[in-house]
Amino acid sequence: MTMILKINLHLWIVICCIVLMHQPAMAKGNPPEKGEVLPDATLAVPDNPVHRDYLGLSKGNTFKIPQIKATVVIIEIFSMYCPHCQREAPNVNSLFNMIESNSGLMGKIKIIGIGAGNSSFEVDIFRKKYNVLFPLFPDNDFAVHKRVGEVRTPYFIALKINRDGSHKVIYSKLGGIEKADQFLDLMLKLSELDKGGGR
Amino acid sequence: MKRLIFLILLVLITGYGFVTTAFGRSEAFKGNIYNPGVLKPRDSAPKLKVGHKAPDFSLPALNGERVSLQQYSGKKNVVISFVPAAWTPVCSDQWPGYNIVRDIFDAHETIILGITVDNIPSLYAWTNQMGKLWFHVLSDFWPHGAVADKFGVLRSDGTSERALFVIDKKGIIRYIDVHDINKRPSLEVLVKELKKLQK
Repeated sequence: MTMILKINLHLWIVICCIVLMHQPAMAKGNPPEKGEVLPDATLAVPDNPVHRDYLGLSKGNTFKIPQIKATVVIIEIFSMYCPHCQREAPNVNSLFNMIESNSGLMGKIKIIGIGAGNSSFEVDIFRKKYNVLFPLFPDNDFAVHKRVGEVRTPYFIALKINRDGSHKVIYSKLGGIEKADQFLDLMLKLSELDKGGGR
Repeated sequence: MKRLIFLILLVLITGYGFVTTAFGRSEAFKGNIYNPGVLKPRDSAPKLKVGHKAPDFSLPALNGERVSLQQYSGKKNVVISFVPAAWTPVCSDQWPGYNIVRDIFDAHETIILGITVDNIPSLYAWTNQMGKLWFHVLSDFWPHGAVADKFGVLRSDGTSERALFVIDKKGIIRYIDVHDINKRPSLEVLVKELKKLQK
């Protein structure tokens, strides 16, 4: 009986280790594919009230991306240390400006950036350097990056959020957006929104 | 019991792999980054301490010049950034970050000397992926790793540690970080050290 308990104890220790290694912060997922839902990932609600308003979030600790008040959410996985992301920053800013200057799209399509392995300090450097107006979130411990399959950067994911709160991935691809107008057209096509924001 | 310890170690090592494989993922390098896996965090014996005079050296730079530490004496503070090798994960994800914060280094009258044990052609091809670097990249290829050895950061396999030395205008070492080779040093910590130089 003692022997069985001993073996059981050993097994329990190993099982506990395995479970601990696969907690959300450690678990590695696959890049989300079109038609799937976004892997469960939590971000801190921004301190900046402008960003909170943009995302339609009230004050709080954390939120999940599909809670953002939008029809389409474009997520850029980036790093301030990534030369391609640095080169891509003006294109993403153009995309943001195109959306925000179109009264039919403003409020319906929103953009966020997640800095893989970047601290708040590093994300702020990127924000200031490239004058990024949409919210950027630090992902210092790679928690979100792991959930989306440790993708190379930049990587863009777009979600369509339905009125009932459900969502699905409509775009998931490595590499920059390059031409903002073409990328916006693609987002409209994939989300079945028209340029006036109707659907 | 031995078997149990082995199993636990196996689980932990596998998990450690998850933690440390996420660097060097910029699409700028495409699939050209060689992943050496998780390395011994440190593999050299220190030779220098904070407060020591930094040993002088002269190395060939990518732009064809020869650059010595002495030439900055009385003019600029110097951050020496040793990185282990070109075309490896964390290294490829370190200097591009320094490249967008020239203003911070300028504000603290500091220049960077980036040093690896690679030869000039390899450094040329590698750093071209990072965009135009504003700081000197020096080759410590021949005599192989001689400068890294002087600074006590030459590893037993001929690569260098991932190390930062902050040297003031008088040539005195003010900060040393021989970092875990598998991880990128915090930019925030380095900037704090630059701020201390002015005191």
